[in-house]
Amino acid sequence: MKNPAVDFIKKYTMVIALVLVIVFFSISTGGKILLPQNINNLISQNGYVFVLAAGMLLCILTGGNIDLSVGSVVCFTMGIGALLLKAKLPLVLTVLIMLVVGLCVGMFQGFWIAWISVPPFIATLAGMYAFRGLSNVILGGYSVGVDNEAYLRIFGGGADCYIPDFFKNEGLNLTCMALGVIAVAVMVILALRGQMIRKKMGIATGNLAGEWIRTIILSALVLWIAYKLAQYKGIPSVLLWIALVLLIYGYITKNTAIGRYFYAVGGNEKATRLSGVNTKLVYFLAYANMGLLAGFAGTLMLARAGHAEPTYGVGYEMDAIAACFIGGASAYGGVGKITGIMIGAALMGVINQGMSIMGISANYQSAVKGIVLLVAVLVDVLSKKENA
Amino acid sequence: MAKILLEMKNITKTFPGVKALDNVNLKVEEGEIHALVGENGAGKSTLMNVLSGIYPYGTYEGDIIYNGEVCKFNTIKDSEGKGIVIIHQELALVPEMSIGENMYLGNERGRKAAIDWNTTYAEADKYLKMVGLSESSKVLVKEIGTGKQQLVEIAKALAKKAKLLILDEPTSSLNEEDSRALLDLMLGFKKQGMTMIIITHKLNEVSYVADKITVVRDGSTIETIDNANHDIDEDRIIKGMVGRELTNRFPKREGVKIGDINLEVEHWTVRHPLYPERTVVNDVSINVRKGEVVGIYGLMGAGRTELAMSIFGQSYGILAGGTLKIDGKEVKLKKSPTDAIKHKIAYVTEDRKGNGLILSQSIKVNTSLANLDSLASHMVIDKDKEYQVAEEYRDKLKTKTPTVEQLVGNLSGGNQQKVLLAKWMFAEPDILILDEPTRGIDVGAKYEIYCIINDLAAAGKSVIMISSELPEVLAMSDRIYIMNASRMVGEMKASEATQENIMATILKSGRGD
Repeated sequence: MKNPAVDFIKKYTMVIALVLVIVFFSISTGGKILLPQNINNLISQNGYVFVLAAGMLLCILTGGNIDLSVGSVVCFTMGIGALLLKAKLPLVLTVLIMLVVGLCVGMFQGFWIAWISVPPFIATLAGMYAFRGLSNVILGGYSVGVDNEAYLRIFGGGADCYIPDFFKNEGLNLTCMALGVIAVAVMVILALRGQMIRKKMGIATGNLAGEWIRTIILSALVLWIAYKLAQYKGIPSVLLWIALVLLIYGYITKNTAIGRYFYAVGGNEKATRLSGVNTKLVYFLAYANMGLLAGFAGTLMLARAGHAEPTYGVGYEMDAIAACFIGGASAYGGVGKITGIMIGAALMGVINQGMSIMGISANYQSAVKGIVLLVAVLVDVLSKKENA
Repeated sequence: MAKILLEMKNITKTFPGVKALDNVNLKVEEGEIHALVGENGAGKSTLMNVLSGIYPYGTYEGDIIYNGEVCKFNTIKDSEGKGIVIIHQELALVPEMSIGENMYLGNERGRKAAIDWNTTYAEADKYLKMVGLSESSKVLVKEIGTGKQQLVEIAKALAKKAKLLILDEPTSSLNEEDSRALLDLMLGFKKQGMTMIIITHKLNEVSYVADKITVVRDGSTIETIDNANHDIDEDRIIKGMVGRELTNRFPKREGVKIGDINLEVEHWTVRHPLYPERTVVNDVSINVRKGEVVGIYGLMGAGRTELAMSIFGQSYGILAGGTLKIDGKEVKLKKSPTDAIKHKIAYVTEDRKGNGLILSQSIKVNTSLANLDSLASHMVIDKDKEYQVAEEYRDKLKTKTPTVEQLVGNLSGGNQQKVLLAKWMFAEPDILILDEPTRGIDVGAKYEIYCIINDLAAAGKSVIMISSELPEVLAMSDRIYIMNASRMVGEMKASEATQENIMATILKSGRGD
């Protein structure tokens, strides 16, 4: 017999794990981890993981392929951005160049992978070395600072990188609350609209209660985060960028034909090719897009750090890869969701921050991350075994 | 009365939610060939997995009595230690290793830390000779054909000192000639006193080789039929398998008007993608009319699949010459399936798991894949419409599934085949090339697939059906092409064709590459 409780736990393993981890740290830090300021930091510090993991997910979907060059490319674009801003180039142009550089790097690597069939691991390992080196070359081994205030504010660095409160309220940031409420309203309206369309077309609507419970829990979560942030300084600007990236990629993976092809190629490349899909183009796009997002992560990180150094971005690719796998992406490709990587990235972020607050040395944090990754993949493998 | 070598008594095996085996009884006499037949999912493989210890003692109820003693196998090693060796349907050989290395994998000669390669290869050669292979055991497995690989599997089993050999669908990937050789080899082993259990879908093989036939249906053994004279009627076996008389294995196609020539391929020549000096399809010309079902019969390796895939946007091999006309106009297809689909050609592969379906995705996603553009505007998929389409084809093809969100990997072979057909029907082709559309699916599902083929023809589509089952080709086609050794060696109307004159055509054309 199918046990609904077991099914539920299987489906939401990582969500439950995230909740448990938060509960654990709330107790062990005396509730400090849930202070508004810490929630704010959690988002700001881990912004790059969310952005990079979105790109990495597409690569992993195509068949468990990863991009190792990401950290180096982030550093490379940071260096270019810092130098351009130092040369007083306008903000918009600078950001555009950073994104295009990232995209070009991605296209370069994607070309070898897709059309020359260089294994992704090797092509991007080469990129990892090359762009780390080039970062050193362009920065001359030095740290280059950024003093463009507008740039820092918009992309989430400096002292005042929050969405201003238009209501000028004392205490609670009303703009933040208002945005939270609007987000919830949009979610509810979309859920309702979807149901109405399906009803009209006479399609079985499935588990309505489940859908509403999910919407309600999500709404509560959004409102709670909005409330916490409103108690501090409001919405950090980086949160808007993360949300934008996740919404776009969530939409691409779920609702577009090209998004579907990433899953199809990872599920069965030959069958996909024989169905008339240009599979080489799919590989190419996965890596080109990864480069673009690495450029964007570079933009965010440059603002956050306030300067570029040749050693920045080391290990970022691994954080992104770990977020994907913890979030349920299959190491063989074809399976994985944007919501999954959000949970994966959040889980790692919470563990990092919780341990920092508890005063545990950073050396241990990496060890714990490793264990979490192994356990997450173990759960995935074991639950699949039971199904077979 | 010969000695009973194996008795499986009241075996019951339950999986969460399903009773896979229900009080199954099986008696195998020493020195006989015992066939196990039944539809897909009837429980044949489960029963053999119980016997070989893949499902260890304690996970099932009932007793296994082998050679007079009750056996409690916990692993495959335990059962192999007693001489029960199973050869699985999917070949389990490592292509990059030599035949000898494969044969003694996990059973190495010499000491653990120092394999005795001389003994390994000497013994391997001995067993290879027993199965009639002249290859050296040092040859890599990837360098020999599937038929010979199957023989290597048998040699491997012999090397394990098998007393009871279980062959699960041993001929499913072999051509007629290799199949026959394999069956004769089995008969040879029988003379030497070996006991064998064969699981197969091919009933002609059953009647040829088996002494007794046990029919399994819905997890229970229905009956054991004696076949000592090797003269059993196939319909008699089918009756046991499906539980009713199948009056007609092939549905009639009625009142279909055959129209003009739709697809015409002339002097088509294809070379091997890796070894261009090898001609895989040699100067082949075929045509098919609207509303017509054209059968292409040939032994495996005759070049049928290669021809079909080459027509389908050169998805196989290097095109070395030939013209392709659609509705009388010459068309130069680009080297991509996309272009073929645009010209309303569909190729339904013989290898549904490898080339056809995405097993990790839902029925819905698989159904829409080849024609996703029609469901999308500006790259955005209308998922509700997609669901409707998938539902529509589920109804039309009678795919058995609780929902179209079900993963294709969880479906039976027959239902997977229907999803594959649905995918290509949704691509709205005019010309369908069906490559072995009923391979590895059970009798009931076959009938339904035949009905679908008839419907397609009735709707004015041109159907090319490639098959290595002669009765199927004879019953379903309007016209039959016969292929052998890369060439088209004959064409006849279905009304004039018989098993005999088709085989005669092939034999007359000779072999040779």
